[in-house]
Amino acid sequence: MKSLIQFTDIGLYCPQANIYIDPWRPVKNALITHAHSDHARSGHQYYLSTKASIPILKYRLGSFINIQGLEYNEKTQINGVTISFHPAGHIIGSAQIRLEYKGEIWVVSGDYKLENDGISTPFEPVKCHSFVTESTFGLPAFKWKEQQVIFDEINQWWRTNQSKGVVSIIAAYSLGKAQRLLQNLDMSIGKVFAHGAIENTHEVLKKQGLSLHETLKVDNKKTNDFFAGSMVIAPPAAISSTWSKKFGTYEEAHVSGWMAVRGMKKRRNLDQGFVLSDHADWDGLNTAIRATGAENIYVTHGYTEIFAKWLREQGYNAHVVKTEFGDDLADINETP
Amino acid sequence: MKNFAQLIKALDGTNSTKQKVEALVSYFESEKNEHAKLWMVALFTGKKPPRFVSTTLLRIWCAEISEIPLWLFEETYHIIGDLAESIALMLPAHNRSSDVSLSDVIGQMQQLKSGSEDQKKQFVLHHWSTMSNDEIWILNKLITGGFRIGVSKNLIIQALASVKGWTNSQVAHTLTGNWNPNKTNWYDLFDQQNIKTDISKPYPFYLSYPISEENLSDINKEGWVAEWKWDGIRCQRIQRSQNVFIWSRGEELINDQFPELLNNASDIDSFVLDGEILVWSGGRPLGFQDLQKRLGKKNPGKKIQKDYPVIFMAYDILEYDGKDIRDTPFSQRRNVLESIFQNNIKDQNLLISETLFFENLEDLANHRQNAISINAEGLMLKSQKGIYHSGRKAGEMWKWKKQPFTIDAVMIYAQRGHGRRAGLFSDFTFALWNDQVLVPFAKAYSGLTDAEMNEITAWVRKNTIESFGPVSSVKPELVFELAFEDIMLSSRHKSGVAVRFPRISRWRKDKSSHDIDQLQTLKDMISSR
Ligand SMILES: [Zn+2]
Ligand SMILES: [Zn+2]
Repeated sequence: MKSLIQFTDIGLYCPQANIYIDPWRPVKNALITHAHSDHARSGHQYYLSTKASIPILKYRLGSFINIQGLEYNEKTQINGVTISFHPAGHIIGSAQIRLEYKGEIWVVSGDYKLENDGISTPFEPVKCHSFVTESTFGLPAFKWKEQQVIFDEINQWWRTNQSKGVVSIIAAYSLGKAQRLLQNLDMSIGKVFAHGAIENTHEVLKKQGLSLHETLKVDNKKTNDFFAGSMVIAPPAAISSTWSKKFGTYEEAHVSGWMAVRGMKKRRNLDQGFVLSDHADWDGLNTAIRATGAENIYVTHGYTEIFAKWLREQGYNAHVVKTEFGDDLADINETP
Repeated sequence: MKNFAQLIKALDGTNSTKQKVEALVSYFESEKNEHAKLWMVALFTGKKPPRFVSTTLLRIWCAEISEIPLWLFEETYHIIGDLAESIALMLPAHNRSSDVSLSDVIGQMQQLKSGSEDQKKQFVLHHWSTMSNDEIWILNKLITGGFRIGVSKNLIIQALASVKGWTNSQVAHTLTGNWNPNKTNWYDLFDQQNIKTDISKPYPFYLSYPISEENLSDINKEGWVAEWKWDGIRCQRIQRSQNVFIWSRGEELINDQFPELLNNASDIDSFVLDGEILVWSGGRPLGFQDLQKRLGKKNPGKKIQKDYPVIFMAYDILEYDGKDIRDTPFSQRRNVLESIFQNNIKDQNLLISETLFFENLEDLANHRQNAISINAEGLMLKSQKGIYHSGRKAGEMWKWKKQPFTIDAVMIYAQRGHGRRAGLFSDFTFALWNDQVLVPFAKAYSGLTDAEMNEITAWVRKNTIESFGPVSSVKPELVFELAFEDIMLSSRHKSGVAVRFPRISRWRKDKSSHDIDQLQTLKDMISSR
């Protein structure tokens, strides 16, 4: 019997429904877990995603794309395969995709995290036989603290800089991390500016009803005094560039799971690194996998070999799957 | 430990030298525990607490508490790249903080040196379960003895100079040599009288920067002296009241490695020479691979002494007849040096480094070309007027290294990096053609920009032929120019040659694997030198 999902060199493929999941080459039919650029690529003839992902997908891929949306948990049928989207807690609209055919159930997780970030619809475990999981942070060195602890650190850093008249520039992935950060800043400390790329993303999200704190546009004509002591949210690519220079005296920080590793922070020559990720940590991955009740685990992104070996020792039938999803640094590098 | 951990966090949390010095000054002014302060200075200037437990045991204990198999601990450690940090990350996270002081922790470690394994484990596990993760990281650094956190000795010196109102060079001198944080106190350490009575006390080393094109044009025969840049072990040889002390640049006393150099070489009451230890035969130094036979070897036997005879090549004098002459110009120091070699030194294992005649820059460039024939690394250029500074200083002494060898090679293996390079493919193996076969001959990991490494990492993911754990064999397509310092025949290498300090000098995107060099080209370089 052929497998419900096959791993091909253009993407995860369901032959029965003739549809790909997050394919990395142009295809006829694509299911999209979430709007990050390594999962949602351009050039497909038909897209199916969550309804909440549509505005941002159109913004990123073009308003002309042929796309339909489902609510979370809403079912649709394609050639006998039941397809539904379930919250992955990764970013706004992100989903795990469930496929069922003749009693066999697969779940493709995309990217996910277990902690409720207050913005994304919180992760829900879905029972299945085969689970395709990410492993971006699939090492026991990665253990996240509750987000409130980290936001307290970030606000404290801002307060200290503010008292010295220093600008705090913080790098955050423009879709997901930036909103999560913004919503948890203590807005009483000072002014918050956002880079144009982030402002534009916020426009799209606000139109679909998300309420976000107000940010100010970075106006090139303003002098250093105008920015002194404020907070600036920028995509990682803008950090340590000439763009930062306009703010006068500033400190720079990254917000990423990778900041747990001193060397990663040092490599970027950053003043500060805050450990906060939209991906599951070691305990999160293990908890999520256990909760699916699946026997077969397929591991993508990150430390796949190590994580798969660990899972096999725990009694799972675990395999590494080679994909072209964002590298292990997707959490820190903005992909274009 | 809290104060110390806070200091480390403050130092780690900024790239500004000014802020680092401020953090250090405020630590020195606020820390009330004098013993902790002494240990802090000791740690930051390269002294280590006793090693009382093996890293193997630390790994086993950490895996045990974290409830993971040892192989997973090891794999994770490989990726994080730092043992102390890996353990701190893998232990269960908690927000506690411990009240124990830095000096008490070190005191306990000293006592445990002779303790049982159970006692050691009890100590380690107790602190692991009561300290914050930041504190655990520092504790582990203390236990494993590798305390480096991006704060140079220079910053400590600056901060102490500002606290004490001294010059940097006075503080630097105070902190050299054999002082022991257990046997002194804050007052005695900085007592100038004590510095004079410690006859083994070395001076801080003066180090040079590579010369730029621009500075090179300022070199002229009137104001400057050229010498070989010897490729040996940089040392200070101190002779005071007929006692000899040899200090390495890392300020380790290495007398027991070089018995040949301990003779009472002169009747002058005291003199301190700066120079280099070289393996010497037939009037010239042998290559670095011969010197390696003597590195770190204590109490070498007669045979080793005979097969790899060492000399001390002196090129500066810092103290003469009880007087510190570092502040006199180089031309005067050179005169003193030449005069004592002419009149006083009667030891054939002590040599004086010759000065090289030159009229102009062409002459210098020729000397530099010839450096390889005498196994030297290039040239040293010294201003006649220059004083002997403490630490690395630009302007009055430059190094002008010989040009490296280069060859175009193709990448055939890529390995995941760790630490700073975690998540990237950053360590590569390169090959050359031997007829129709690609033969690996060098590994290199430095020389690429972050952007290039990101690009290569993405390429490796798509062009992997086979993976062996962290290593991937890749399609032989990417060509790089490699630079290296030296090349020698080697039976241990598949290629038959070994290259020294290989690094990537540039990515040759304009070339394909058909354009790279033959192994024979590399071998021909051996005969050319
Ligand atoms: Zn994602
Ligand atoms: Zn992803």
